[in-house]
Amino acid sequence: MSFNEQTIKTIANLARLKFPKEDEAKFMADIDSILNWVEQLKGVDVTGIEPLVSVSPRENAIRSDVVTEGNIQSELMANAPESVQGFYEVPRMVE
Amino acid sequence: MTELVNLHISEALDLLNKKEISSVELTKAHLSEMEKARFLNAYITETPERALADAEASDKRRANGDSLGALDGIPIANKDLYCTAGIRTTAASKMLSHFVPPYESTVTQKLKDAGTVMLGKVNTDQFAMGGSTMTSYFGVTKNPWTDEKGEYSLVPGGSSGGSAAAVSAGLCMGATGSDTGGSIRQPASFCGITGIKPTYGRCSRYGIVAFASSLDQAGPMARSVKDCALMLREMAGADGHDSTVAELPVPDFTAALTGDIRGKKIGIPKEYRPDGLNAEVARVWDKGIQLLQDAGAEIVDISLPHTKYALPVYYIVACAEASSNLSRYDGVRYTERVSGHTLDEMYENTRTDGFGPEVIRRILLGTFVLSAGFYDAYYTRAQRVRRLIYEDFKKAFETVDAIVVPAAPTPALSYEAMKNMSPVDTYLGDVFTTPSSLAGVPSLSLPVGLSNTGLPIGLQIIGKHFDENTVFQVGDVLEKAAGFNLMPHRVKG
Repeated sequence: MSFNEQTIKTIANLARLKFPKEDEAKFMADIDSILNWVEQLKGVDVTGIEPLVSVSPRENAIRSDVVTEGNIQSELMANAPESVQGFYEVPRMVE
Repeated sequence: MTELVNLHISEALDLLNKKEISSVELTKAHLSEMEKARFLNAYITETPERALADAEASDKRRANGDSLGALDGIPIANKDLYCTAGIRTTAASKMLSHFVPPYESTVTQKLKDAGTVMLGKVNTDQFAMGGSTMTSYFGVTKNPWTDEKGEYSLVPGGSSGGSAAAVSAGLCMGATGSDTGGSIRQPASFCGITGIKPTYGRCSRYGIVAFASSLDQAGPMARSVKDCALMLREMAGADGHDSTVAELPVPDFTAALTGDIRGKKIGIPKEYRPDGLNAEVARVWDKGIQLLQDAGAEIVDISLPHTKYALPVYYIVACAEASSNLSRYDGVRYTERVSGHTLDEMYENTRTDGFGPEVIRRILLGTFVLSAGFYDAYYTRAQRVRRLIYEDFKKAFETVDAIVVPAAPTPALSYEAMKNMSPVDTYLGDVFTTPSSLAGVPSLSLPVGLSNTGLPIGLQIIGKHFDENTVFQVGDVLEKAAGFNLMPHRVKG
């Protein structure tokens, strides 16, 4: 697998990251070498093996849908970098 | 005051209950030690006022004959990955460098309820990604153990390196750590202390900044097996906030410390002894095996055939989950924002600025293995191999009670050596810890010997799912037989 210039642009965009050229080249080389290293997994016979998603002994846990705490808007908003009247504020999306 | 900071938790509880010392004295001794050892950079945030208030309240409870928590008056530190209400929680990142959680993590709340005194928040690799604390936005923590020249040039390991250094240097009596692929066990080995990654599902992950949700597990780090057993009992148990926590009773783990392991079957997997295994690590491992045999255990050669695939499986699964978990840091909710003309530009600017290079590498790798066209070839295949690793352990535990292997492939490395390593080379440091993480089984790391240059080397005791009792039992016998009671120079004085 070659992790090329086009791939890193696509992946960085999916992850909402953006680098200057020199950083991009460095990350590209790093990821490429990591992917070459994980290639060894291709040598394992996994025919008929179910993917292991969780090692928790519990199946789906269900609880009643009830409010356990509330009226803490100001505490929650305290970490917002920008907010207006209890709303999160972001750059204008619609002209 | 040096004596107070050298006590084990079990010893301090005894003295507190006999009223020979007070929690305020114990806490002050630690606060003054923290001040002297600031050069180690173990703490990101010290909370001396909170600590003294906690200690005074504890002393009052004791004086009044009120009901006491199991760890009442014991000063501890929390890894800065645990949300603490009203106290900055950074995950050692720029992204969360000003984040003050509105709520408390379950594990730290339980420790609070047990009467502990919180001294502060300790350093970690950024978002728990790394094995050295070198990826911390707040600078590297120094290992209290020095090199041959007596210099503090060694890493404490990671990601729970601040916890390990603080416990080792007498800057707290015990600390919370967290372990995704070895982040409790490897730093414990590097700093000559004890730590356990319990079974996945033993402790709640609620309020722990998420890295890889199918692997992350909370655990205690302290100076003895018994202290870890005491702490874990208070940390474990279901809370209704994390659906992966087992609804099992939490045993009194100290009751398992019987000192008798006669007839116990201890497995030694041949795959952990590859060609080129560090000779000193091999020597300490052999010594540990011999000590267990002398104590009456039966040593059994076993095979965990898929061991060599654990590292690549781990890095695919952990990074995939991390890329998803870290998508929440978007410049909208968590204090840091770098502005942009559009919403997407603001996301990109904030995330590129707020994450360090190792975190970015892992997000990129994780995003790639989950992306259309590559998902099955990488992510699903890794999950299938993960099942084979899990089955290896299940099969081994049909014949043995516990497995004993090294905790790390080397003693503590220097910053200089680590600085020049490629990402893949640094990942190889997790070679002995990732298999048990993927299988979800409990594993204790404890110091058993020293390298030729006088650095601690730890071994892991791995047990069956939810059988921490046997892990503690075997660990306790090995601890006493090994007689490792050494401390770094600065504590010895």
